[in-house]
Amino acid sequence: MLHTVNKSPFEHRALEACLKFARQGSAVLLIEDGVYAAARDTAVSGQVQDALKRVSIYALKSDLEARGMQNRVMDGIRLVDYGGFVDLVAEHNAVQSWL
Amino acid sequence: MKFGILVNEGPYTHQASDTAYQFARAALAKGHEIYRVFFYHDGVNNATRLTVPPQDDRNIVKRWSELAAAHKLDLVVCIAAAQRRGLMDKSEAKRNAKDADNIAPGFRISGLGQLIEAGIQADRLVVFGD
Repeated sequence: MLHTVNKSPFEHRALEACLKFARQGSAVLLIEDGVYAAARDTAVSGQVQDALKRVSIYALKSDLEARGMQNRVMDGIRLVDYGGFVDLVAEHNAVQSWL
Repeated sequence: MKFGILVNEGPYTHQASDTAYQFARAALAKGHEIYRVFFYHDGVNNATRLTVPPQDDRNIVKRWSELAAAHKLDLVVCIAAAQRRGLMDKSEAKRNAKDADNIAPGFRISGLGQLIEAGIQADRLVVFGD
């Protein structure tokens, strides 16, 4: 399953809930304000790093760039464009949006 | 592959309408089919032809209409959500004794069954909202 998270982890619990339910081997795509979770050395980066052992985490490049966060992405998070977003949706059997 | 898209957020609110549009464009560019885009809750505000955004800003409503025209997309607005928010086509305006309609080209008003059907017919349903 592909999970999408569009909320900042510093304002909402969407990412935390998502990571709690995401099964081993599933994928998480950070979009919109959700991309703040991709930054290294933050209050939630430890939680994200732990999750990377179980799930693949992606972040939408244009949303990172729109927020000036493209140079702060932690290792292990893969960047995708909208085409990559479409590919991730196609590759997984279902999409869960954590709104 | 067939995609269904659900938009639950109005234009110029956060980013859901923009993300849904960019996703739809990218999917079409990759040769996928968009079975339907369903606008629900405040998402119905994406369908009003009376928006006049600043000239240097994106025109979200017009952008949906143009994408629908170019790719024969089915843009469906939830009728109950639309009635609550004053979004209507000619027949709804007449039925409710209103003096005007405001639905943008390419959109049509229908029921929630259209969302369920999109969920069944499409290979993937992707939800964008707030």
